[in-house]
Amino acid sequence: MDAALLLAALAVALALASAAVSVLAAQLPWVPRLLAMPLLGTSGLLALVAGLVALVDGGVVTATLPLGLPWLPWRVRLDALAGFFLTVIGVVTAAVGLYGPAYVRALEHGHESLTALGVFTGLFLTGMQLVVLADDAFLFMVAWELMSLSSYFLVAFQHENAANRRAAFLYLLMAHVGGMAILLGYGVLASFGGGFAFDAMRAAEPPVTWASVAFVLAFVGFGMKAGLVPLHAWLPEAHPVAPSHISALMSGVMLKVAVYGFIRVVFDLIGQFHWQWGVGVLAIGSVSALMGVLYALMQHDLKRLLAYHSVENLGIIFIGLGLALLYLSTGHGLLGALALVAALYHTVNHALFKGLLFLGAGAILHSTHERDLEQMGGLLRRMPWTGLFFLIGCLSISALPPFNGFVSEWLTFQAALQAWQLDSGVLRSLIPIASAVLALTGALAAACFVKVYGVAFLGQARSRHVRRARPVPLGMRAGQGVLAVLCVVLGILPTGVLGLIDSVPRQLLGNGLPQATEHGWLWLTPVPAESVSYSAPLVVFLLAVTVGMAIWGLRHGAVRRVRRCPAWDCGFAPPTPRMQYTATAFAQPIRRVFGLMFHIDESVEQRDHDAARYHLAVRDRAWGLLYAPLAQAVESAARRVVRLQSGNIRVYLGWTLSTLLVLLWIIS
Amino acid sequence: MDHLLTAATWGLALLQALLYAALGPLLVGWVRKVKAVLQNRRGAPVLQPYRDLRKLLMKEARVAHTASPLFRAAPYIVFSATWLAAATVPLVAVSLPTAAIADIIALVGLLALARFFLALAGMDVGTAFGGMGASREMLVSALAEPAMLMAVFTLAMTAHSTNLASVVDYHLTTTVVLRPSFLFALGGLILVAIAETGRIPVDNPATHLELTMIHEAMLLEYSGRHLALMEWAAQIKLVLYGALIANVFFPWGIAYNLAPAALGLGFVAIVGKLLILGAALAIGETVLAKMRLFRAPAFLNLALLMSLLGLLSHVILEVGT
Repeated sequence: MDAALLLAALAVALALASAAVSVLAAQLPWVPRLLAMPLLGTSGLLALVAGLVALVDGGVVTATLPLGLPWLPWRVRLDALAGFFLTVIGVVTAAVGLYGPAYVRALEHGHESLTALGVFTGLFLTGMQLVVLADDAFLFMVAWELMSLSSYFLVAFQHENAANRRAAFLYLLMAHVGGMAILLGYGVLASFGGGFAFDAMRAAEPPVTWASVAFVLAFVGFGMKAGLVPLHAWLPEAHPVAPSHISALMSGVMLKVAVYGFIRVVFDLIGQFHWQWGVGVLAIGSVSALMGVLYALMQHDLKRLLAYHSVENLGIIFIGLGLALLYLSTGHGLLGALALVAALYHTVNHALFKGLLFLGAGAILHSTHERDLEQMGGLLRRMPWTGLFFLIGCLSISALPPFNGFVSEWLTFQAALQAWQLDSGVLRSLIPIASAVLALTGALAAACFVKVYGVAFLGQARSRHVRRARPVPLGMRAGQGVLAVLCVVLGILPTGVLGLIDSVPRQLLGNGLPQATEHGWLWLTPVPAESVSYSAPLVVFLLAVTVGMAIWGLRHGAVRRVRRCPAWDCGFAPPTPRMQYTATAFAQPIRRVFGLMFHIDESVEQRDHDAARYHLAVRDRAWGLLYAPLAQAVESAARRVVRLQSGNIRVYLGWTLSTLLVLLWIIS
Repeated sequence: MDHLLTAATWGLALLQALLYAALGPLLVGWVRKVKAVLQNRRGAPVLQPYRDLRKLLMKEARVAHTASPLFRAAPYIVFSATWLAAATVPLVAVSLPTAAIADIIALVGLLALARFFLALAGMDVGTAFGGMGASREMLVSALAEPAMLMAVFTLAMTAHSTNLASVVDYHLTTTVVLRPSFLFALGGLILVAIAETGRIPVDNPATHLELTMIHEAMLLEYSGRHLALMEWAAQIKLVLYGALIANVFFPWGIAYNLAPAALGLGFVAIVGKLLILGAALAIGETVLAKMRLFRAPAFLNLALLMSLLGLLSHVILEVGT
């Protein structure tokens, strides 16, 4: 177990080294590609191994670093929860390490600074790993800020574009409002625990009111980072504008660090559960899941669409966490563990498939310089490997069996279906509504990814540069391939994964899910009742057998010829690429059905000698409802404060004196 | 778990799966025949769908120049996923190992997998009709799938199990009580079944107007054995929904053990139930007209509402009493 902590420390050191060597990138342009990226990938690999060791071992190991303040040394700790999230960080980072060199190479000829990219990528990874390892609030906040600040510079990487600068500023602002909430939450806990060490906070028993204050602060702070509605507005702006492998890290990993923080604070440090908290988390999670997928359907910028799907998936994770809180607060330990495991399973799944999809979007961007779905088409035949991997990602995120997204959604549904065990009728009826939202979300996600895959990879190319797309280099394909294979493996062998995840609730809640895997690797049986089971290996086996039988049967049939011919299209004029359904057209029925959820601007402009022009803009309702009024309030408050600034020194001295008097009056 | 996995139950599961494939065309032929009689037509023989399938399987397949490999793989995946989904629904006998492999949620998932590939295949050639069909199909399914899940969750919560065999078993063994939740779930499931199998009033399987098609629009570019597989999958899906409604809500007659007499009775019972449901479907299709596409969401929202009411009335009224 000590070895695991050593490995984790080595991973952090390598991430720092990756940042350090990138300083040379301006002089030696090969450094990011041949040195920084491999270091980053190795760091990810070490983190992965360290996390796995911690999960298998199931123990706890702590250490004190000779850093930090004299009376507050930095403490680190590797337990099952930290190990799980270290694994998630590590696996995506390792894939990015494979993918990155070729992607960075394409940036060598641009005018953006590769030094900045390399340094901040390394620091970003360092920050994420340290957040997970931290064992006191001080180190946690330092690492958290390191993560937020370095990712700000990565979002602002292509800063020539004004929209990117705006997105980066919004990101910085929101990250700090969230960071403030987290800091205050720790402050509440520290004042009852008598110290900033997590051990002290864990031992303390704050009264319900203050525990609830700490919970709300943590939920707001971590929820902002996780992009929960209505605090999500920064996410679809910031994630897409970073380079694609960074988008994969931000969406796949950084959001998970926020989930880690929430679990650490609420399930571990506060250590008490109230059903009201569960209801709040469940409601926010459901709203995020539904709004995320609806807004994703309206996007035609591929990376923006994927970013909105992160909102959706984090919503699903928080539905699981909300269920866990509900069950734990009513004394159903086993069910709480089940819901927590479902949330954690979805966490690793989302890291895998969202990482994969962002890397795929990066591959498309690399070979076509296009992010707009409306210009794509027919990419499957030009980039077959990327097409295959992207398809696996689409199937996984749409929660289709036998892929990994289905397993976690299945577990979440199973947790929700145990609602009959609760005593309160209100809670019993809330959970089915949340599961209805979850079902709707899954179905809409499938619709969205039919749109994405059908428009981008199938059909015919809609623009000239897409028609000339070429396959991406081997490294980029390998990076996607690793994640795609893992998506399939985690879908087919859920029992093995569950056996690993199980040590998290065992350590955190005191009980795991012993019955989930007791029928062997073939059967997933999370609920004590004998009658709930799912066997992914057998589903795959039977699917393969029937496909094989169908192919074999038809090969030996009368005709096996396939003749190529022009498309029929009901005998109308031969189809051209312009006649295909576009992404906007595909989503039009859904836009109409769910019209109330969006802020839609639609108009037809008819000029005299020109063809009619159709304008459509779908905007986020959160802007008008929350952000614009808030920004206005801040501005008007600022205007009032400005009146104090008269420029007269005597007035300023007067203010200072009166402030001092007030403070003296308060402390006396 | 292990008591289910004997050679006899596996053999029975295989036979049931084959029966699904065999009954599919028959049920469609029956519905068409009843419809024809109701409309004062003589109609094609009941066995006509078998002849159509045989003819399609004998013909050479044509594939558009612009089609990708996915276009040729999709029929196999759609057929297998639909068939496997059907194999998890008890048809003749209750004890079914396939129901333990894939429970109700996995059943809905497998149907969604088939639909995913069907819609992708529709978009593959790059024609306007294919994309239109895919877009509409995904709209209908996005609204129908939650309704279906809520309806089956009502049953699952009552039986404390998501295994369909256990659900049927539960309904057979407990005393018959008219539960309000069941009526709601039944109503919701019937509406979902109509929408998901592409019947009037949501979609018209016999339409010749491309602009009103949903399911058929995605198949326009298919021919030969590919088309046969797609059609066959749709027919199996119809039997699946029929068996789901018949055996879950009216389970009487289904075989409990593997004795030949019980199995024979089970077979007769399910054929009888499917004939009645098919006739009811034909009557419904004759009486109703197809709705405009944008009326369909109201229809499906009704389905979702009924299913959700079923679930809520179960958790509020029936649990703990």
